[in-house]
Amino acid sequence: MTGYIVRRLMYGVMILIGVNLLTFVLFFAVNTPDDMARLAIGGQRVSADAIEKWKAERGYDKPLWINAQAAGAEKFTDTIFYERSVPLLTFDFGLSDSGRDIGWEIRERMGPSLALAIPSFVLGILASISFALLLVFFRTTPLDFWGVVLCVLMLSISGLFYIIAGQWLFAKVLRLVPYSGYIGGLDMVKFLALPVLVAIISRLGPEARFYRSLFLEEISKDYVRTARAKGLGERVVLFKHVLRNAMLPILTGTVSALPLLFMGSLIAESFFGIPGLGSYTIDAINGQDFSVVRAMVFLGASLYIVGLILADISYTLADPRVRFE
Amino acid sequence: MPNFVFLWTDIALFAMVAAVIFYAWRVSRSETARATWARVARSTPAMSSAVVLLFFVVVGLLDSVHFQPRLPSAPDAPPNAPVVYSPKVVSLLDTLLDDTALTHQEKTYSSPLAYRQFTKETMLQEGGEPYRDFPRLRFGGAHLDDPEAQWLADVSQRASLGLAGGLGVALVLMSVVVALIARSRRKREIHASWSMVALDVCRGQTDIPWRAMFMTALAMCLVLGVVFGLATGYHVMGTDQTGNDVLWRALKSVRTAWVIGTLTTVAMLPPALFFGIAAGYFKGWVDDVIQYIYTTLTAIPGVLLIAAAVLMMQVYIDTHPDLFPTSAERADLRLFLLCMILGLTGWAGLCRLLRAEALKLRELEYVQAARAFGISHFAVMVRHLLPNVMHIVLITVVLEFSSLVLYEAVLSYLGIGVDPTMNSFGTMIDNSRLEMSRDPMIWWNLLAAFVFMLALVLSANLFADGVRDAFDPRSQSFRPARRSRLLAMLNKGST
Repeated sequence: MTGYIVRRLMYGVMILIGVNLLTFVLFFAVNTPDDMARLAIGGQRVSADAIEKWKAERGYDKPLWINAQAAGAEKFTDTIFYERSVPLLTFDFGLSDSGRDIGWEIRERMGPSLALAIPSFVLGILASISFALLLVFFRTTPLDFWGVVLCVLMLSISGLFYIIAGQWLFAKVLRLVPYSGYIGGLDMVKFLALPVLVAIISRLGPEARFYRSLFLEEISKDYVRTARAKGLGERVVLFKHVLRNAMLPILTGTVSALPLLFMGSLIAESFFGIPGLGSYTIDAINGQDFSVVRAMVFLGASLYIVGLILADISYTLADPRVRFE
Repeated sequence: MPNFVFLWTDIALFAMVAAVIFYAWRVSRSETARATWARVARSTPAMSSAVVLLFFVVVGLLDSVHFQPRLPSAPDAPPNAPVVYSPKVVSLLDTLLDDTALTHQEKTYSSPLAYRQFTKETMLQEGGEPYRDFPRLRFGGAHLDDPEAQWLADVSQRASLGLAGGLGVALVLMSVVVALIARSRRKREIHASWSMVALDVCRGQTDIPWRAMFMTALAMCLVLGVVFGLATGYHVMGTDQTGNDVLWRALKSVRTAWVIGTLTTVAMLPPALFFGIAAGYFKGWVDDVIQYIYTTLTAIPGVLLIAAAVLMMQVYIDTHPDLFPTSAERADLRLFLLCMILGLTGWAGLCRLLRAEALKLRELEYVQAARAFGISHFAVMVRHLLPNVMHIVLITVVLEFSSLVLYEAVLSYLGIGVDPTMNSFGTMIDNSRLEMSRDPMIWWNLLAAFVFMLALVLSANLFADGVRDAFDPRSQSFRPARRSRLLAMLNKGST
């Protein structure tokens, strides 16, 4: 098993190198640092001096790949590629284009992101599973039919509407929670209640429908018929047999999503003014801060790979029929 | 003749229509394909939503015929003067709606069916005294002399006229369809009179759910009748901040949604088909390389990859202003490129499905036989594998449509979607975000976007479900395609 995990990790490192190269080509080779400087300073008629100064301040005035003027190993190390890409592999994100330490920002903003992401994730899964179980329990009745209709209706509504409607209803009309904002400590419950609720509701439609179909698939299997033939009641069959077996794909699918919780939620954080990684990313996109976007891409890719490996492991642990190869 | 303008996305949309017609022709000639589509035709939700989708298709296509209208020649112009075209590019939809309130601009906000502006303005009395009041609108209710007294009567008159018109259109439509059914039955030598067919339809005893389709069409016609009856004199959904009719913006957004939903999948198909089939067919190192490529792509968070690509596109457009003469062309090219970016970043999911299917198919006897006959790898992939994975492609394309429409809204909200000047559901939601916190609230912008988006996405979802149930060989009614996608992911993970 250790050998397997090591092999997967090596594969992950290779993927990270690929991600790194891809984003470098996207950000530096397709558009030259000159273009970036012009965009950052603004306007079409930017003087050449200003561009040179902007590039020099951020270390973008070096050659992209090979520095012909330097000697020895410096030929390769004294380039934008080496200075910008290799440190990323050791999770040293460097400074943003506006001059702040990205690593420090990420550590600061991880807390609020997780404070929102973890409750919405856990409660969202619980709500979806219970709703799906309810539908399956009442299958072939009108309740199931209208439940599925409700699911389809809910998954056809853009998540943005849930947020806007939630803010309008709970913050403006009922005045139960503040519109947006965030503070640390216990008071954060007040600020997080609405975003978490909205996240649960917006995930309920697609997930409950998906889980319902997973449950229904289990229900048509032989062991369920055997359980019924033994004379077990519907409740025991559903909760003891079907739920436990259907939980396997649900849980293994869930595990791979866990690491990405660190990245926070782009939309919810920016709507509710939560100073997490999601809103940091959005600010970087809007401010066209390429260093931050690249750092977040790299962080997201590494978390995704961790998720893949976790999913592999959990799948094997959960189902003994699957063996590591 | 007006001067027709062909924008990039127009050409793409019409090419798509041609492709759909070609596909329909192919289906009509193949027994099995016809049987599969007949299964879709028997599904009540799918066919009812197809009626709604048809309306949106018509709106989208009408809005895709762009031209510069010819300006009337000056009175003292010599007879051989060159023809002058308007600098403004309009679409066929704009021309059709020219007499309604939809294309008339007000100054700023006005509420639905209003005859006065939403905000107060300082105006001059006849004596030159300034005073503040809500000014009358330029178009909405401008025909009323005494709006306070006449408004209700006028609105109800227009609404009922529109309702009657909608009912009439619906009845005509139904009788035409019933007559067509009767004719096709007689062709098959089944004795059928007009009234028998009508009775069958009313009882719901037809193969194709005509009754449900008629009900949907009737409801649509009535709603549209009322809306357009009112639109002859009022802004039905009010106007937005810059005075544009909200209903008009929503109708225009339909085209953007179609472009995003269809063009993206088209951009996604070539890499997904090529890499997916090649990986599954060749296995070995080709498979490893292709798996590496798409795992790298999926490892990057989707929004960030799109953001990166869109930022690059932005830089390119900003540094090459001379390439795009008009803002409409720039907005259109941006939409086109956005679709390409979405497609090129989103092909990994379909590629994974196709790889799994090709892995399975390559072991089948007919492929082995083809190889034994000495047919080249390329020919095997094109002639024998490609047709047999097409159902997966079709299901994915149809399922993907609605999620792309929803995705566009999110991307536009993030500022990496369509051009801010372009009408789309995303820009409508983005604009109306702050309006909700105003007091009194401006709700009509958001409501219009909500209603149109829900109608489009919901009917697309229902139709897609019907198509999936018909085309997925393993699907009994309880097996969404996502399940197979998940399985493919897990299988990939465990090997």
